[in-house]
Amino acid sequence: MRKLIPHCRISLSLASSRGPRLLGCALSLLLSACDSAHSPPPPASPAAIGNAERGHRLLAQFQCGACHQIPDVPAARSYVGPSLANLGRQSYIAGQFANQPETLVRWIVDPQAMLPGTAMPAMGVSPDQARDMAAYLYGLP
Amino acid sequence: MSADFRQSALHPAGPDAAIIHNLSWLLIIGATVILLGMMVLLALALRRKKSGAPVRPLRWLVGGGVVLPLVVLTALLAWSTLRSAHLTRPSSQHAVKIAVTAKMWWWEVRYTDPASGRDIVLANEIRMPAGQSVYLGLSSDDVIHSFWVPALAGKVDMLPGRLHGMTVRADQPGIYRGQCAEYCGEQHARMALHVVVQTPEEFNAWLANQSKAAVTPTGALALRGRDAFVAQRCMACHAVRGVADEATLGPDLTHVGSRLYLGAGTLRNSPGAMAGWIADPHASKPGVRMPAAGDLDSATLAAITAYLEQLQ
Repeated sequence: MRKLIPHCRISLSLASSRGPRLLGCALSLLLSACDSAHSPPPPASPAAIGNAERGHRLLAQFQCGACHQIPDVPAARSYVGPSLANLGRQSYIAGQFANQPETLVRWIVDPQAMLPGTAMPAMGVSPDQARDMAAYLYGLP
Repeated sequence: MSADFRQSALHPAGPDAAIIHNLSWLLIIGATVILLGMMVLLALALRRKKSGAPVRPLRWLVGGGVVLPLVVLTALLAWSTLRSAHLTRPSSQHAVKIAVTAKMWWWEVRYTDPASGRDIVLANEIRMPAGQSVYLGLSSDDVIHSFWVPALAGKVDMLPGRLHGMTVRADQPGIYRGQCAEYCGEQHARMALHVVVQTPEEFNAWLANQSKAAVTPTGALALRGRDAFVAQRCMACHAVRGVADEATLGPDLTHVGSRLYLGAGTLRNSPGAMAGWIADPHASKPGVRMPAAGDLDSATLAAITAYLEQLQ
């Protein structure tokens, strides 16, 4: 961030020699200027969709490892379905749905509703639980 | 759905396990006290290396090498003999008798139907009434295994061609995990079983249900599953009473849907785990005798899964 906007740092140091009110004004002006000019707010990481730590526990609890390989989930070494190690980098889910967080959540909750006949069963995962699972999978390195 | 059930000799749930628990703690504490004593002596010896009276080796040799072990081991022998006398003696004179036959790598469990006198064949899960002594007839079909449910009793080997009796009692309802305690091959580690202790009423109701033949499925999917089960020749190894009775190579599946686990403790029983297991059991339990279903389309897999899960 700093590297991108060196002039911001300079003006900041100038502002700091004045009174606190001036400093506040300068800062707010400065920040808004920097924001609009140089760094649009980055999109939220897909992993922010839920609680990854809880998702990790849920992936083990629902025994997703009976079919999938999932890094660092106990006993998840199966080849029945695809490995989920690189899910965050995949373009498609189940070979046909664009890999978007909410799509993944819908898929985990009820795969049969999206792709009737797929071998993956609905496991009774609630949408919130699916969000946590998605957070863990998207957060994988 | 809770985590795995407790398998611990430090949390005894029956009288025999309690005796073993006492003995274990006596040995652990005794050995620690002796070790600490030795270390203190060593420290003292190192400190007085330069000055003080000369060490008299004979006294230490006779005292520490003969008298101390003699006293300690004699006392230990007397105490453990006394305590072991209270361990349950195997007796087949109990109302509930269960035959457990170890196989590579699962457990066949047989009850006698109190109504008809016929065998009820089950697998990988033993149920017993709380507070009642139960007789277990332990044997093996192939190699040497060992029956060990740490919360209930000590180990008893299971040898091919021999029958070892064992009487166990669990005081409280609960679920206790056990596992093979004699290395028996590739999947020795995933040869577990669960002992479910219930109130006598629950136990009797459970046994009465297990004695029944498989229910005829009501749903269309499960019905399709039953046909696929036969068409895929699953019953070459698995019996489902009322559908195909003969096979004994693999676990009897008449009431598989009512079990806690699949694959002898490998996966908790759920539709997803069941489907994954059928599609490729080797992915979860490499080396298991059951082959992977190479040519099952997903609809057939779902149908067979639905059929097996409703076999309660």
